[in-house]
Amino acid sequence: MQLTLWTYEGPPHIGAMRIATSMTDLHYVLHSPQGDTYADLLFTMIGRSRKRPPVTYTTFQARDLGGDTAQLFQDSVNDAYQRFKPKAMIVGASCTAELIQDDPGGLARALSLPIPVIPLELPSYQKKENWGASETFYHIVRGLVSVDKSISAQQYQEKLAASKQEGQNPSCNILGATALGFRNRDDVQEIRGLLESMGIEVRVVAPLNASVADLSKIPEADFNVSLYPEISQLTCTWLNKTFGQPFTKIIPIGTKATKVFIEEVAQLANLNPETTLENQEERARWYAKSVDSTYLTDKRVFIFGDASHVIAVAKVAAEEIGFKVVGLGTYSREFAREVREAAKLYDVEALITDDYLEVEQKVAELSPDLVLGTQMERHIAKRLGIPCAVISAPVHVQDFPARYSPQMGFEGANVLFDTWIHPLMMGLEEHLIMMFRDDFEFSAKAAPSHLGHGSSSAKEHTLAVTQTSDAAVAQATQVNAELFNGANPANLWDAAAEKELGKIPFFVRGKARRNTEKFAVEHGISQITIETLYDAKAHYGR
Amino acid sequence: MNAIVDLPKDQISSVGKNIPIYKERGQREVFCGLTGIIWLHRKIQDAFFLVVGSRTCAHLVQSAAGVMIFAEPRFATAIIDDRDLAGIADAHEELDRVVKSLLTRRPDIKMLFLVGSCPSEVIKLDLSRAAQRLNKEFLNQCRILSYSGSGIETTFTQGEDACLASLVNEIPKPVVAGEKNLLIVGCLPDVVEDQFQRLFADLGIERVSFFPPRNSQQKIEIHSNTQYLLAQPFLADTARFIEERGAKRISAPFPFGIGGTTAWLKAAANQWGVTVAHFDKVTQPKIERAQKGLAHYLPMLENKRISFFPDSQLEIPLARFLSQECGMKVLEIGTPYLHKQHLEAELELLPENSRIVEGQDVEKQLDRCRSDKPDIVVCGLGLANPLEAEGITTKWSIELVFSPVHGYEQAADLAELFARPLNRSIRLAA
Repeated sequence: MQLTLWTYEGPPHIGAMRIATSMTDLHYVLHSPQGDTYADLLFTMIGRSRKRPPVTYTTFQARDLGGDTAQLFQDSVNDAYQRFKPKAMIVGASCTAELIQDDPGGLARALSLPIPVIPLELPSYQKKENWGASETFYHIVRGLVSVDKSISAQQYQEKLAASKQEGQNPSCNILGATALGFRNRDDVQEIRGLLESMGIEVRVVAPLNASVADLSKIPEADFNVSLYPEISQLTCTWLNKTFGQPFTKIIPIGTKATKVFIEEVAQLANLNPETTLENQEERARWYAKSVDSTYLTDKRVFIFGDASHVIAVAKVAAEEIGFKVVGLGTYSREFAREVREAAKLYDVEALITDDYLEVEQKVAELSPDLVLGTQMERHIAKRLGIPCAVISAPVHVQDFPARYSPQMGFEGANVLFDTWIHPLMMGLEEHLIMMFRDDFEFSAKAAPSHLGHGSSSAKEHTLAVTQTSDAAVAQATQVNAELFNGANPANLWDAAAEKELGKIPFFVRGKARRNTEKFAVEHGISQITIETLYDAKAHYGR
Repeated sequence: MNAIVDLPKDQISSVGKNIPIYKERGQREVFCGLTGIIWLHRKIQDAFFLVVGSRTCAHLVQSAAGVMIFAEPRFATAIIDDRDLAGIADAHEELDRVVKSLLTRRPDIKMLFLVGSCPSEVIKLDLSRAAQRLNKEFLNQCRILSYSGSGIETTFTQGEDACLASLVNEIPKPVVAGEKNLLIVGCLPDVVEDQFQRLFADLGIERVSFFPPRNSQQKIEIHSNTQYLLAQPFLADTARFIEERGAKRISAPFPFGIGGTTAWLKAAANQWGVTVAHFDKVTQPKIERAQKGLAHYLPMLENKRISFFPDSQLEIPLARFLSQECGMKVLEIGTPYLHKQHLEAELELLPENSRIVEGQDVEKQLDRCRSDKPDIVVCGLGLANPLEAEGITTKWSIELVFSPVHGYEQAADLAELFARPLNRSIRLAA
């Protein structure tokens, strides 16, 4: 059993629902108890969909358990087919139905429906949402794409090349975008525009807005753009093995990665990337270069989310904005290796966990200046009083915005710059607060004034938050204290030094406290004075 | 098309009026009882709700509540994994470990509810025994209770019923009766509770208490001299346990709208021998003020046709309020479950041509709804936006559970909840 305040991913059948809901003529029959229809809200409310998800639930109740739940399932499949007349169907069980073992696949097969019916095996007690989505997408593609087993992947590519007409544009598919994916709608638009501007024909975008017929055309393209590896890598690997279609490995988040992506795509399409690269207006890079952004240098940032966003975002933070990455991690265990590799670039150890409490403890320990994470890190950041921006699912309704807000491509880089900088205190305010501490309006304890918490009641609120944040930092220090042979460094402070510490702006105070205590313990100092504080400062630098 | 003929009829309502009650079975688009945690954790301020279930359960609770950013949420899930499924004994040890680490993290918690789910019930994990065992261990720190919020057992607000029932069940059965007292049963917003408290005091009814209390430390007095009034229509089990302790239910309509509130108060006043003159003196000014407030919304609501999808069991009292006091025409009243005794007084007040459907087959109900073409449909959030996209105005039903809607001062607010979407669709169409 795992104690969970917040979960980063839903169960795997939610992943299957995301695939079904992404598509236009696929139906999903889910064997599940009454109440599991809550998942519809994810799409109709959070994703603001105009349509009900194409999902029929058996919604069994306790009284059904004594009877024939298998019959109930078969009736649901029949009814769903009659009513919705889908072009293909997927069937599976939710966590509770998995326990009663009715075998949805076998039961559906016995009905001999005149459409492909694809059974899903999604172990709810081991796997999670993204795995479920990836697995479902893979099984649908395998089920709907016909494979001529008599020819090899290489022969397939040769056949494809031979059938090509003179002057025909290179072509690709964009795979991995789903309903309820973080900014998938706009990422697809951005990347599609980019590819088309290079003269590449986009054949199939899937699963988002794809039909069953579209999927069967996937092998006709020259290569695949694997936009979200959490969802698409398994499928792209199979397509590569079966049809010899290569696929992209670069995630085009940030200006630099987008450029590398353009080069990668150009190579796969046999094109020259130069004109595309020359014609880009790089606003985000210029904004980061402009002197207003100098104060962002070495701001300490903690990054958490799904693997591909975390890896890409860390690069942008470090190389394009000049932050210092002090921690990074992911809940995507499937991609733990890649994230560990990435963490080495910043000389930190990757945190691979789906335990919210572990992430919280890590953030408290590091006390960064900024957290880039998921909706869950917003809870943590609120508790600790740290600025925060969202870079990855899980997200809530406010991160399915009406306006165009991709994360990918050049416009995505612009969006990232604005989004990440916004929660930080602006430069002038930061300077003035370091100089004058007792202003009645711009308090060092208050949130940045551009976030509009100026009123007195709001100030009290932020005050309370800051106090908890101090408490949390103190708590984290206690954790560290165990490393110091049982000595509790919090007891080391003399009153004057404690007061001096209070003059350090709140967003770096936690780090100053930690550094000083570490310094004291390492140098065998039993009482921290003002002098120790400044000795430590000189020792470690800012 | 009139799919209604397909509906099997329950026996004709026995309450004098000829209102048929249909029963329907099929796919149900409703919440499970775990959802009750969203408001219960706010009401009982020192209680914590630990769901013992799967990732699906955790995902449900956070999808419902996660738009609020919590510094310290008072609910969590102990997620069962495949190791727990291997053997039950092991699962109990695991649960103990989780509870211990939780209570270490949150020493301020005085009451812990272990909330059962579909998976925990299907594998027959005995949470009541676990609660007993843990109670011994945390004797002076925290009370530990259990109830089921599973989808297979409970629908949405029935989660509150199960929670409150577990609280009542914990009170020992009294040997001697105490002084005559009045118990108001059902979660009410604090402001509403305070209004009712003042009203009962003005009527001269003393010794009134509200259940659940705002704080787990408050003692609840139930004995054979206790009379209780239900403030919510979904409290079947809670009422049963209260009666096992000797208390008697005062039959009344539910306090929605002016008429409902008056009848509800009157039912209690009668038991306490409050004179008609005094009752009128206390209630008349409130009634007049509520009428003034309600009048703002009547032009928008009168003669509009409304249908309810099943959700919370509030549907019948609300349909009564909207038809009696707002002049709306009720087409279909879906309810997940109909407790005929508790709703006796309500059924009496419904218009004769109402169509009550207990249970649900959501696809067929949608067919009926599309053919009825009501002016406004009360339904859950899974259906609301899709129906709006079809051009049907909706009022999402969950808000009715999350808003102060009981009593005189809220009668206008309650009407406004239905007038707002109608007003909005006119405004946005213009």
